[in-house]
Amino acid sequence: MCTVCGCGEGETSIEGHAHDQHSHPHGHGDQPHSAEHSHDYGQGPAHAHAPGLSQARMVQIEQDILGKNNEYAAANRRWLAQRNILALNLVSSPGSGKTSLLIRTLSDLKEQLPMAVIEGDQQTSHDADRIRETGVKALQINTGKGCHLDAHMVGHALQTLTPEEGSVLFIENVGNLVCPAAFDLGEAHKVAILSVTEGEDKPLKYPDMFHAADLMILNKTDLLPHLDFDVERCIEYARRVNPRIRILQLSATSGEGMDAWYQWIDATRQLAVLGS
Amino acid sequence: MHELSLCEGVIQVVEDSARQQGFCRVKTVWLEIGALAGVELEAMRFGFDVVKRGTLAEEASLEIIRLPGQAWCLPCAKTVTIDQRFDACPACGSYQLQVTGGEELRVKELEVE
Repeated sequence: MCTVCGCGEGETSIEGHAHDQHSHPHGHGDQPHSAEHSHDYGQGPAHAHAPGLSQARMVQIEQDILGKNNEYAAANRRWLAQRNILALNLVSSPGSGKTSLLIRTLSDLKEQLPMAVIEGDQQTSHDADRIRETGVKALQINTGKGCHLDAHMVGHALQTLTPEEGSVLFIENVGNLVCPAAFDLGEAHKVAILSVTEGEDKPLKYPDMFHAADLMILNKTDLLPHLDFDVERCIEYARRVNPRIRILQLSATSGEGMDAWYQWIDATRQLAVLGS
Repeated sequence: MHELSLCEGVIQVVEDSARQQGFCRVKTVWLEIGALAGVELEAMRFGFDVVKRGTLAEEASLEIIRLPGQAWCLPCAKTVTIDQRFDACPACGSYQLQVTGGEELRVKELEVE
């Protein structure tokens, strides 16, 4: 277990990160995220729904269950903003082509743009190995039994990976359209990837994820002639759960539509710097 | 599946406030969970029973207060109640809804000794 913050329970592991005795700075820059904060909630008498109260008392908490995660996420966000790093959290089902999309993107943009990748999977470093073959630096997080990345894991990964200033950081989440929706990692945007070999009603089946995403990428469009996937209906479903969502259609295999994705990255990056 | 992580979050909140407020046993935990929070209540109860073992909430019972999903309907210009994110406005059938409530995921209060 990490002696600084007690993290590392369970089976989470970060490549090159010895969890037994690491001595990482837990504050992100000048913002120590483990700071004790005092919530000054009343210790007053019990509330109406505790009749017959003896020595027991009621404690008002009113705290978000995800509050801890959100504190870590806020610290990550500050750390990234200070370095003008655009972080994108890529979420999808397993097999939608996240890694292939990333590899194509990295290969096409690596001459123009500094980039780095955090890979999340339950097991193996296969994806990080594939990414590193492009020459871009990547770090694998294995969540063990965990079904999502959380902001704390990503905070550690940032310290180890140290993406360069002004870069684009892709965080490839665990393939799962459910749980990663709830966990803010400190990213600028969630990007949901849906491939046309899946059902067009996925936005309705997994509404939380498509609601949380700012961009939906409809991948594998080169296969559309062989399928009866209804693109218009899929887009309509996505807009039902998230009227503001932007949608790009592309094929990471044929390259069709990739330019629009690169323009989106570029525009978003410029906006992020303007806004900071 | 993330309900287990959420339950660990609940225990964390409980342990933090135990340190701050000086109690050593929790009898009841009240959670507020919105209808649109993406949480399965049965999984939450199951997860809580698993993670509370060996903690100061070992004996604690879990009470869940369900909060309704609410949204502002643009055409109707009023707040309506919805059960799912993709529900249409129950009054006019429009999908131009802004979710305004029902995403809560909070530890509301504790009964402690």
